[in-house]
Amino acid sequence: MSAVIENHHDDHHHGPAKGLSRWLYTTNHKDIGTLYLWFSFAMFLIGGAMAMIIRAELFQPGMQIVEPEFYNQMITLHGLIMIFGGVMPAFVGLANWLVPMMVGAPDMALPRMNNLSFWILPFAFFILLASLFMEGGAPNFGWTFYAPLSTTYAPPSVTFFIFSVHIMGASSIMGAINVIVTIMNMRAPGMDLMKMPLFVWSWLITAYLLIAVMPVLAGAVTMMLMDIHFGTSFFNAAGGGDPVLFQHIFWFFGHPEVYIMILPAFGIVSHIIETFSRKQLFGYSSMVWAMLSIAILSFVVWAHHMFTVGMPLAAELFFMWATMLIAVPTGVKVFNWIATMFKGSMTFETPMLFACAFVVLFTLGGFSGLMLAITPADFQYHDTYFVVAHFHYVLVPGSIFSIMAAVYYWIPKWSGNMYDERLGKLHFWLSFIGVNVTFFPQHFIGLAGMPRRYPDYALQFADWNMISTVGAFLFGISQVFFLFIVIKTVMGGKKATDQVWEGARGLEWTVASPAPYHTFETPPKVD
Amino acid sequence: MPFNLINKFAGYIFTLTLFSTSAQADWFDLNMTEGATAISKEVFDLHMLIFWICVAIGVVVFSVMFYSMFAHTKKKNPVAATFHESTKVEIAWTVIPFLILIAMAVPASKTLTKMYDDTAGDVNIQVTGYQWKWQYRYLEDGVSFFSNLSTDMDEIYNLVPKGENYLEEVDEALVIPVGKKVRFLITANDVIHSWWVPAFAIKQDAIPGFVNTAWTTVDKPGIYRGKCTELCGKNHGFMPIVVKVVEQDEYDAWINDKKEEAFKLAELTEKEWTTAELVERGEGVYATNCVACHQTNGQGIPGIFPALAGSDIVLNDKPKNIEILMEGVQGAAMNSFDYLSEVELAAVITYTRQSWGNAENGDGEIVTPKDIVDYKKPKI
Amino acid sequence: MNSNGKKTIKFLGATVVAMFFFSFALVPLYNVFCEVTGINGKIFQSNDSDQYASFEGRDVAVQFISSNNENMPWTFKPSDEVMGVVTGKYYNANFYVKNTTGKTMTAQAVPSIAPSNAAAHLKKLECFCFEQQELAPGEEALLPVKFLISNELPETIQNVILSYTIFDITDYNQEKLAHNNMQLEKN
Repeated sequence: MSAVIENHHDDHHHGPAKGLSRWLYTTNHKDIGTLYLWFSFAMFLIGGAMAMIIRAELFQPGMQIVEPEFYNQMITLHGLIMIFGGVMPAFVGLANWLVPMMVGAPDMALPRMNNLSFWILPFAFFILLASLFMEGGAPNFGWTFYAPLSTTYAPPSVTFFIFSVHIMGASSIMGAINVIVTIMNMRAPGMDLMKMPLFVWSWLITAYLLIAVMPVLAGAVTMMLMDIHFGTSFFNAAGGGDPVLFQHIFWFFGHPEVYIMILPAFGIVSHIIETFSRKQLFGYSSMVWAMLSIAILSFVVWAHHMFTVGMPLAAELFFMWATMLIAVPTGVKVFNWIATMFKGSMTFETPMLFACAFVVLFTLGGFSGLMLAITPADFQYHDTYFVVAHFHYVLVPGSIFSIMAAVYYWIPKWSGNMYDERLGKLHFWLSFIGVNVTFFPQHFIGLAGMPRRYPDYALQFADWNMISTVGAFLFGISQVFFLFIVIKTVMGGKKATDQVWEGARGLEWTVASPAPYHTFETPPKVD
Repeated sequence: MPFNLINKFAGYIFTLTLFSTSAQADWFDLNMTEGATAISKEVFDLHMLIFWICVAIGVVVFSVMFYSMFAHTKKKNPVAATFHESTKVEIAWTVIPFLILIAMAVPASKTLTKMYDDTAGDVNIQVTGYQWKWQYRYLEDGVSFFSNLSTDMDEIYNLVPKGENYLEEVDEALVIPVGKKVRFLITANDVIHSWWVPAFAIKQDAIPGFVNTAWTTVDKPGIYRGKCTELCGKNHGFMPIVVKVVEQDEYDAWINDKKEEAFKLAELTEKEWTTAELVERGEGVYATNCVACHQTNGQGIPGIFPALAGSDIVLNDKPKNIEILMEGVQGAAMNSFDYLSEVELAAVITYTRQSWGNAENGDGEIVTPKDIVDYKKPKI
Repeated sequence: MNSNGKKTIKFLGATVVAMFFFSFALVPLYNVFCEVTGINGKIFQSNDSDQYASFEGRDVAVQFISSNNENMPWTFKPSDEVMGVVTGKYYNANFYVKNTTGKTMTAQAVPSIAPSNAAAHLKKLECFCFEQQELAPGEEALLPVKFLISNELPETIQNVILSYTIFDITDYNQEKLAHNNMQLEKN
């Protein structure tokens, strides 16, 4: 009998609280993960609706549906919502659900800050979406908000945009601090860094990137605020400033940001391919080193977004070479995934379908990225639909597919129910076809000369635009179908076992399905 | 050698419908243009080189992957292998891609260096981006004009069928001589724009307060169309670029015409016309052109030709006044008088606004030749 | 939480704050970079007139361009559109301005040099771009630039373009503007 008086947390005796207060006040990483995931799904559908408006207008040449001013608001909000409301919160939600379990910790290091990190997000997006109804309309200067279009020439809602971005940044920074402290301080004994699951590694690196660059975004929007309201001239040539300075500061944040949006995807895909190949992941340590190299290189390539701005030759050459270099560690990862599959014993359930599609289609996006890195060629690609095709390939069949894969893969653990395999596969095929029909033709129209952020276009671009729109609507409807699948699964279905997947490894599979409200209150032994 | 053939073959496949006469929707518009300059051809070749290398890598990598997805299923391979590392292999697939990248970087760096040419141009043109049009200024000749989208609003709003060069046509194209080096000095008046002509492989941002340079030497005469490629507000998609490349003598003749135009315009607009001068000139014009209907005393003929004396339009509505002279009146005997010179039009309208007590009873505004010139400018 | 955890939090918090200030540090860093490499046409006043006037080198043509920002209505044009100069020697050029409106206005001229790698070699002893220019209604002025192109100008450059854009800064807060303009007067 222990001489130590055990400390029972009386309020946990009967499981989670009931009703709305549970969700408002929760400090439980599983609950907060759930909140982030549902929030991101809602934002994904809202951003998606805006995409439908954009593609509907582009269905045919001519202005049919919206005015050019409103079109510019749609493209701006679509980008902001998908990036800051869709992809990033989804990855944070996955981190919340999985990182503590994967490292054998009972919760995140700072549970109350975790709650705050989530709840300021709906507030920020409420402000951003409300700007649609303000006088002058919503922000209309693109998600990249270059000065002086976004300062001297901006609608009044720009101030709310800045406020909203500050809040989103604060949320990401707090989340990143939480992730790093959890991983560095709360791993179960025996879990050395080089024994951590790759998803945990991917989030550790992502969190450091967030710490480094979100404050720079905050600096950029603060300088904007000062130029607009306090008479400074950071970006105004008349006062001794420089619009190009804005672009340098923005992309210093912006480039690491896109790696923030893909590294967790790399982690997810590594887990899923390993499980469904029933074979240990090939080259664990090089996978870690590859992610580290990508993260470090991401800090020195930002000006490849600015090749046409008028930089001197030496700078353009440097950024071209550094950008090309990132292909090396990225290639290593792709080869390692394929080597994992090779001579494995594969089955293709829905998560594996999404993961395999990720490997192929993300690589396609990587190829167009490599083409964009070639500066003289970039003069023909920059600000055209070729760029739009590139980043949608890496973000949609890249990041978004990895998130869907993660949901199918882990939802049996979260909810205790298996999703319907036939419906999952149908959702996959509809999305796969939809995404390719939407974005592959955009390579053609970009090369043929159609710029981006155009609400209307010359006649030679009509055919492929029409096809792209059809694909977009197919993809959009498929995501409503996905919503149905998720709700159906959560509400009931075949009961999941604890192991769920035959080849799955990791601490999260050692707890029950659904995972108990509190797991690993006593740290497990890791060998 | 064979590489060029492959490109040509791909080009034939990709450009089948170039044989069709209309520039309508193009299923086979799949690839970048080779353009009309040595540099644009080099850029195209570079693009195709990288493209084919990516295709080759993709074929190799994905065939391994697809093979595996076919042959290494649980059914066909019930017991998975156990290998999960190999330093040799990892080094190989790190070093080989690195070498491929160097092979790409060398020609790319060479082409880029060529584009950064500092030498002077035979012709130097300042290009200024405005919301939402381009201004071109020929520095040696002092010729300067705006270039606006000339596609009709009715086409954009689907009221009439779209023309062949929908959204790619302007009122005044940029004209440059073939075979000569043309240097562009690119800046902007308000926000950041970007000047792109795919056929020249030129794209440089137009930044307010700063000047960027670009240059081209075009091999063959023709019409080349470009676009604004930096979001610049509402009509970002409606400020195209049209460059007409012509033989040297045609260019010289065009420059001369523009200089004369500019001289004339300068003469008219810069001359400070006094009201008395305009009225004196206008009286003569009135006598020749208007007296027949509106009478010497400006009273017209009641019921048939309206009076100008005491007319509300002549007294208070200068814009409408100008419009009537320029457009005529629908369904009435009043025709358009826009064949008169700007000076004559300004003079006669001013004369009517200043005569028969009109100046005292109305706003007394005069019309200058510049007002007429402004009226004639296209509006967007 | 153990002390390690607390240390990590402090370290991360400090990094966040440091990166925020770093983004502001990018502003002067950018200017320093521009000055050192002489790109983007950012030009700074050269104090010592004898420093660069050396032997007379080769012929270079200098073209002057004037631009009006937005709807800045002043008449603004160079007295000479082209000037043939020799490197290593100082020259004077003038720009004519006239306030054609009915109210007093203040302008700021911003210079830009093309090609970008010529910027480091164009030294300005005096420039009207260093100060704001105020003109009364109808007032006109001849604004001077005293400049030199150094002998270090790369051989490939035979033609340099010096461009000025005038901005209307009448409504700017005069104090803030004076502070910002001190940035233009670095040595």
